[in-house]
This record gives sequence, C-alpha cells and structure tokens, in this order.
Amino acid sequence: MGELAVEKHVEYILAVEKRKDSFESVVMDHLRLNGAYWGLTTLDLLGKLDSVNADEVISWIMKCQHESGGFAGNIGHDPHILYTLSAVQVLALFNKLDVLNIDKVATYITGLQNEDGSFSGDMWGEVDTRFSYIAICCLSILRCLDKINVEKAVNYIVSCKNLDGGFGCTPGGESHAGQIFCCVGALAITGSLHHVDKDLLGWWLCERQVKSGGLNGRPEKLPDVCYSWWVLSSLIMIDRVHWIDKEKLFRFILDCQDVENGGISDRPDDAVDIFHTYFGVAGLSLLEYPGLKAIDPAYALPVDVVNRIFFGR
Amino acid sequence: MHGRPRKAPKPEDEAASAAKAKKLRSLQSQFFSFHHNKIYTKEAVELSAKLLEINPESYTAWNYRKLAVEHHLSQPESNPDSVKSILDDELRVVESALRQNFKSYGAWHHRKWILSKGHSLIDHELRLLDKFQKADSRNFHAWNYRRFVAELMNRSEQDELKYTEHMIYTNFSNYSAWHNRSVLLSNLLEEKAEGFLSKEKVLPEEYEFIHQAIFTDPDDQSGWFYHLWLLDQTVKDDSPLLVSSWPAHGSDLFLLEDRCHNGSAFSPFTTLHSDSGSFPVVLYFNQSVEGVSSSTVTVESGFNKNEDLVWKPLSASNSQTAQVWVAHLKFPTSEFHSSVEVSVGHSKGIISSKGSQHSYPSTFSFKVCVQPVERDFSEASVAENISWREEDFKVYGRQTQESIPIVSFDELSIKNDHEPTASSWRAEAIAKEIECFRELLSLMDCKIGKLTLARLLMAYDVMAFSCANKLVHSEEVLELYNDLMKLDTSHYQYYKDEHSLVFLQQVTSSRESLLKHCFQYKDSVSSSICNPICLRLNNLSLSQMGAFEKLLWVQMLDLSQNELRSIEGLEAMQLLSCLSLRNNKLRSLTALEPLRKLKSLRVLDISYNEIGEHSIDTTRYLCSSPLSHSVGSEWNKDETVISGVALINYWEAFFIFKELSLKQLDIVGNAIADEKFKSILVKVLPKLKRLDGELLD
Repeated sequence: MGELAVEKHVEYILAVEKRKDSFESVVMDHLRLNGAYWGLTTLDLLGKLDSVNADEVISWIMKCQHESGGFAGNIGHDPHILYTLSAVQVLALFNKLDVLNIDKVATYITGLQNEDGSFSGDMWGEVDTRFSYIAICCLSILRCLDKINVEKAVNYIVSCKNLDGGFGCTPGGESHAGQIFCCVGALAITGSLHHVDKDLLGWWLCERQVKSGGLNGRPEKLPDVCYSWWVLSSLIMIDRVHWIDKEKLFRFILDCQDVENGGISDRPDDAVDIFHTYFGVAGLSLLEYPGLKAIDPAYALPVDVVNRIFFGR
Repeated sequence: MHGRPRKAPKPEDEAASAAKAKKLRSLQSQFFSFHHNKIYTKEAVELSAKLLEINPESYTAWNYRKLAVEHHLSQPESNPDSVKSILDDELRVVESALRQNFKSYGAWHHRKWILSKGHSLIDHELRLLDKFQKADSRNFHAWNYRRFVAELMNRSEQDELKYTEHMIYTNFSNYSAWHNRSVLLSNLLEEKAEGFLSKEKVLPEEYEFIHQAIFTDPDDQSGWFYHLWLLDQTVKDDSPLLVSSWPAHGSDLFLLEDRCHNGSAFSPFTTLHSDSGSFPVVLYFNQSVEGVSSSTVTVESGFNKNEDLVWKPLSASNSQTAQVWVAHLKFPTSEFHSSVEVSVGHSKGIISSKGSQHSYPSTFSFKVCVQPVERDFSEASVAENISWREEDFKVYGRQTQESIPIVSFDELSIKNDHEPTASSWRAEAIAKEIECFRELLSLMDCKIGKLTLARLLMAYDVMAFSCANKLVHSEEVLELYNDLMKLDTSHYQYYKDEHSLVFLQQVTSSRESLLKHCFQYKDSVSSSICNPICLRLNNLSLSQMGAFEKLLWVQMLDLSQNELRSIEGLEAMQLLSCLSLRNNKLRSLTALEPLRKLKSLRVLDISYNEIGEHSIDTTRYLCSSPLSHSVGSEWNKDETVISGVALINYWEAFFIFKELSLKQLDIVGNAIADEKFKSILVKVLPKLKRLDGELLD
C-alpha cells in the first residue's frame, strides 16, 4: 500500500495558488473562493496552514464581499451563498472570524430563506438543499443560527427525503451522495438526525463501495475520490461507517495520488485538481490516517477549529 | 475536473493553454466592464454569450443576461413578438451551453427562469428532454427539469408514471427511472387516485415488474432499493401501534423501598427497588410517534391524577417524537395495593412521524403492591461493589409457573381494542416473494438473493406469527447472514449487525431460551440475594443490541465481552440500574448518550473499551451538545469552564455524565482514563462513591 505524499501535496497546493495563467485556472476563476477553502483546509489537515500568508488571503477575501453582505467567488463577480460559506470557513481556519460584520453576513443569508423553509442561492432564486446546508452551517459557525427559521428549514430538508432513505436537491429529486451529505449535515447541526432512517440510508450509502474499494455517488456509477468525503462523512454522522471496508477505501484514495507532482485525482491516473486533493485528504482524515488532523464530518473543518468555535474563548 | 487523463504537460500545450487563457481573461474583463456599468446593448449581450459558450460555469454572466432580459422587457417598445424573440435567444444560449456541459447548474436554472416568464413554448421542452435522456439517462438535472416542465404543463402523474415505465423497458438499469417511479407511485397510492385504490392491487404488479430488473442482472443495484421499498410497503401498516409496555399486561408489580428483603415471596422479575418514590410506565410503539400526553393516554390508578402525568419521548436532541415514551407514577410510602389501567390512543392525537394517525387503541392493566421499609440497609448498599465476576452469578433455576412479564408468549401482551387484521394479501405477497427468491438462489449464488431472502423470511415470521411469537425461520436467516459475511466481505459488518439483531430476537422469542440467560447476582456484603435478575448476554459476539421491546423489564444487564460499538436503543430500558459494557468496542464518550435517559442507572462498567483511542467520533452528532444545537437553555453558550472543567477538552464528559446519578463507575482500560480525566469525572459526578474499584471520600 502506498503512502500519503504529504510534501508533494503541500507543494502542489501552494503552486496552484500562485499559478493563475493556465486556461484551467482562468476557467475556475469564478470559484476561487471555494478553491481557497479546499486548498487551505487541506493544508491545515496536513499541519501546514502556516505556509501561507494569512493576511494576504484575508484581505483578498474581504474584497470579495458585496454591499449585501454576501461574498462573490472572486473579485468582480456577483455574491452567492456558495462563496459566502467558503469565506466564513476560511476565516474560521485562521481564527479571524472577528474581521467580519456578523450581522451583515447573517442578514444576507436570512434574506435568502423562502416561505417553505428552503434557501435560494442568490437573488435569482435557484433552490437546492445544498443551499440549506450552507445557510445552516454558515450561521452556526457565526453562532447565530436562530436568525433563520430552523423548524421550516428542517421541514423543507425532510420533504426532500426519498424512499431509499437518501435526499435529493429538491422534493422528488434523486438521492445523490453530495445532496445526502448536505441534508444529513444540516440535520446534524440542527439536532434533527432523528428524521434520518439510519439503517436504511446506511445500507444505501455502504453499497456505494464498489469492487475496486472506491465509492460512487449513486447506484451504477463510477467511483470517484470526492465521494470518499460525501459518502464517508454521511456514514460517520449516522454512525454506520463500519459498514464499509475502510482498508479498501484507503488503498483507492492513495492510488489516486500523483506521487511525482503532487495532488489527487478523481480516479487513478486521471488529472489532479485542488477539489479532489481536498476530498482525498479529508477522506483519509475521516479514516483516521495517522498524522492527519481530524476533520469534523458536519462542518467540514478541522475538529480543533470547530471545538474552538463552540467551546473556546 | 472529472475524467481527464493524467499527462505530463508539454511546452506546446502550456503555450496554447496560456494563449487561450489570455483570450478568456480579456473577454472576462470586457464583460465585467459591461456588467458593472449596467450596459445591455446588443453587442454587450452577445459578448456574454461568447463568454458562456467557452465557460458555461461563469455564473455572473448568467446573472447579467437575466438583468439584460429584464431591462429589455421593461422597455416601452417591447411587445409580445419582441419578448418572445428575446426569450428564444436565451433558450438558444442555454442549449448551446448545455451542449458544452449538460450538468451546468447555471444553464439549467437560466432555462427554468426563462420558462417561468410564461411566454415560451413548453412542448419543445419535452422534446429537448428526450434528447438529453438519450445522451445520459441518469442526468439528474434533466430529470429535475422534467419535473419542473411536467408541473408547468399540468401533466398527470399517471402519464409521468407511464414515462418511467417506458424508460425502464428501454433499460432496466436506470435507477433514476425507478426512483421517479417510486415517487409517483407513492403519491398516487396516498391520494387514492383513480385506478390506484389499494396497495393490494398495485404491489403484486410492481413485484412482477421489478423481478425483471433484478433477475436479469442480480449484480446491478438499480432494482434493489425499489424492491426494498415494495417490501416495506407490503409489511408495514402505516398506522402506529403499541407493541410492548412496562409494566406488562397482567403483571403484579412489587415496589420495595429498602434494598434487601427477606423472603422469596416476590418474583424477582417484577420486584422493583425504588428510592425515588416513583416508578416508570414505558410505552413502546412500532415506530416513532408524537402526541403522547395525558390527553391521549389515560392512566387510571387509585393513587395518581392522570392530568399530573408528564409523558416524555426517549430521544436525543429536541425531538418531540420517539418510539418509546415514559411517564413516572408517584406511589404512596405506606403499605398499599392497587390496580392500574392504562388506555392508549382512545382519543385522537398520537401521530406517526409520517403523519399517520394511531388508530388501534389499546389497554393494559397491572397490579401494584408497595412494601414499606423494614430494615435500613442503606449503609451497606453504599459500600457494595458490583464486580460482575463469573462466580457471583447463579443461574435462575426456580421452577417458573409464573410468566415472565415481558411479552406473554401464548397471548397478546397488549389488549388491543381493534386488532389490525393481518390481511392475507400481505402474507401471500411475502410468501410468493420467498418462492421467487429461493428459485433465483437455486440458479445462482448471489448477494442480493441471499440478503432479500433473509429479509423476507424475517418479515414473514414477524407477520405470520406475531401472536405466537415464534420465529420458525430464524436459523435459516442466521445461516444466510453467515453466508453473506463470507460472500461480500466489504460489507461484513453490515451483515454482522443484522445477524446480532436476529440472534437477539431468537433468544427473546421463548421463555426457555430467555431463562438460559437469567441469573441471580449474589453480593459479597450480605448473604441474601437482594439484587434483581441479571440478564446476561455476555460473550455472544454481539455487534449490535436489539429486541428492546422484549427487555423493558431488565434492571441488571451484562453485555460484557461482546463487540458492541453502539448502544443505540438502550434508552428504552428505563429500569436499568446496573449495566456492564466491559470489553466491548465503544469508541467515544458520546456513544453513551442513550444512558442519559436512564434515570435509575447507578452502576456502570465501561472498562476495557476504546474510548480515547480514535481521532474520529462517529457519535459526535448523535448526542445532545452545543455542536448540534440540542442542549437546553440552561447551558450558557459563553461559558467555557464549568465546575472547574475546561469544556474545550472535556465537553463530552461534561454533557454525557452530568445528568447521571452514578454511584459506581469502572473506566480502566480506556486510553482516555488517565489520572487527570478521572479527577474531572469526580467533579462531574458528585454522587459517585466508587471509581475503578476504589472508594472515594
């Protein structure tokens, strides 16, 4: 079994941060704030968050904030709930949540809750349970969850529960591991996991493990390292992770590394990217790979960061 | 980001990429200039289309186009034709973007936004969807869009159901189609729509249909979950039902206030030592319910006013729903006899979490006898150390004429006023399924065949024999799970957990088998046996605990030497005062959450587990804590130190233990149990008298 090439991955992440001229980089320009969250959280899990200049990052992040309180994916773009969470998560990593005007951010998010309890991504009204998770996670980190109507938010998420025990993006939407992570995470944070049929969903989730040991996102699809996070964290939150073969998953994730140039890809021998590097390392953390910081399955931040938010000074 | 092969970058590739990047950057910056200056000329709008053609994920460009549309629609010159032309342009841009990336959230949402304006032709949309389905029948964006269009068009659920049938016949391996079918069918059944009156008619046809999928390729998962849903629909009555209670119907309860009494006149199964002046009444339903209160449950006793009773749900967090509910009845301190009658659900109000009314009212009754204090043994009982040694246990050998007041084995424990008739169509459907799957297994050894057969046999036993409580197929089911553990090793633990549950059902299904596990504990201080019956389920390779509805009477439980990683469900055992979980696989303090509901628990042994060994806590969100916003208002969120304990390091110990009134705790053999931790425990558990065998002062 291979090993996690920590140094190479750190180098890869730092290089991506600097390299802004490739076509791949420009095409992802609009979600750079997500990229910052993926890269920086990975660095923290590897114990190397101090390799970056926190002040520079924070100053850039604040330039992404709009009048409305929401954050854009990069300077010049429009605000959206997706990037607002990443901004708050990165500030939490650096223990710099105090640079925020919390009311301003909270107002942006509460303004996105609809009558039925669902959340829109931005003023243009796209509704998705991903946004429910984001709103709940974000306000929870800012310790003002009571600013939204939690009961209605939970009811909307429950209305997206399917007969296979999973969750979709909107009522009637097919169960998908990404959406399941969002819904289970939101229910976990709001103390509402009793709405989940843990045995039913646990079986659906554990059957995501295919012969190669990797996990797919829904039945009869290919395995992908990013599901190591979404399926695994969901299983952990409902205490059914022992239903998969952790050894086999370890090997799959490690096989997806590019040990020469750093980074992790969706499948062995595919091109690497920051997204899959984060999910691979986060997945390994959930599997208790030695030397990695523990990550919280609901907030998707290191456990020490989450504990600091709730129990620290 | 997905599915691109890894290759070393060649210099010419990098140069080409840099050139493309430069072009895109220039387009982007021009676009920003138009967007920030609110310029919506034809030229500007066309530029945004170019940008989206290269990069459909550039969400700000979609926003800009919406602003442009609104700008043009609000112009005085706008008329129905110009409006339609503008919207058609948008639809073309979306189609072109979708060709680039048919999973683009931004593109699909833009299309919905345009359609919602109400000026476009909807029929075209279904044709477009057909094209996308042919390209990728699992594209969930397309399926979502289809639901959106179907609603706009007011297409009937029956028509959409036919569509799923068509898709499935095209390719059985289409989970998305099966999923949509399950949604439509369950709606139609619930609405009792025309042609869909009863499950009795619909389900057999669906079974025929799903067999074609499963039996064609048993390794293809597409049909598995649909089949499980059909099974669930066949077996379960939607309406909630009371399945068990404590005290059990017809039992004679003896309440004693001192720890020891002479005389074996009282059955140790129904004798309760109570130092709280009250005893619990426990209701165990077949599913989670809400609405259990003194309005929906009436307790008639000579010594309590029904309206004073407070029924509490046994669930973690803020939930007002639970499968198990408890209320405490205060009893008088002098010698006393009375009979108690409990009526459940005679007035409306108890509802399942799925919204079904409780419609099978039931009654049970029992007698209570209170024995006053005779001698004061309180000092001795304080010093008493429960050590759980093998030699301290004696098999309960007394000839039992008396029934063990758990579930009466020969008759219903609950007297239901209206018994749900075990409809024959259900039993028939299950029997037929059993036949089909036996046939499949005779042709090929497959995992889904064995797993489904195991589930079917258990369901059949529970349904057909609920009165007699016999489990005729349990040996075969245990064999099937043993086979599965070898056949599908990746999911070994899943089958192990199921195996443990079936095994426990088997053990608790008859008086003979249960008695083999009943022992009396003799303590070293006094020579008389003054402790209740200990149910010993130790050393049985149990990875999961269950059969709680049969074990509500247990006061002392030995689960040592097993493989338990969780004690989910244990909160139902309200009478537990002594519990051993020694030598198991508990990984964290949060796994002990169910114990917080056990108000009578005094002796706990969690020694030799794995608490403190793991960096990842799998029950972190299944316990009440600030992380999951499930702590009561008594916790001040700004407090970081409580009772001298720094929460950031010891929050689990604080939240789990602070409500327990433990007298004795054993924790040795866990990585967490160093001296510092033990001193924290002493602070958090003020009533603790013994820790790891040592008397505390």
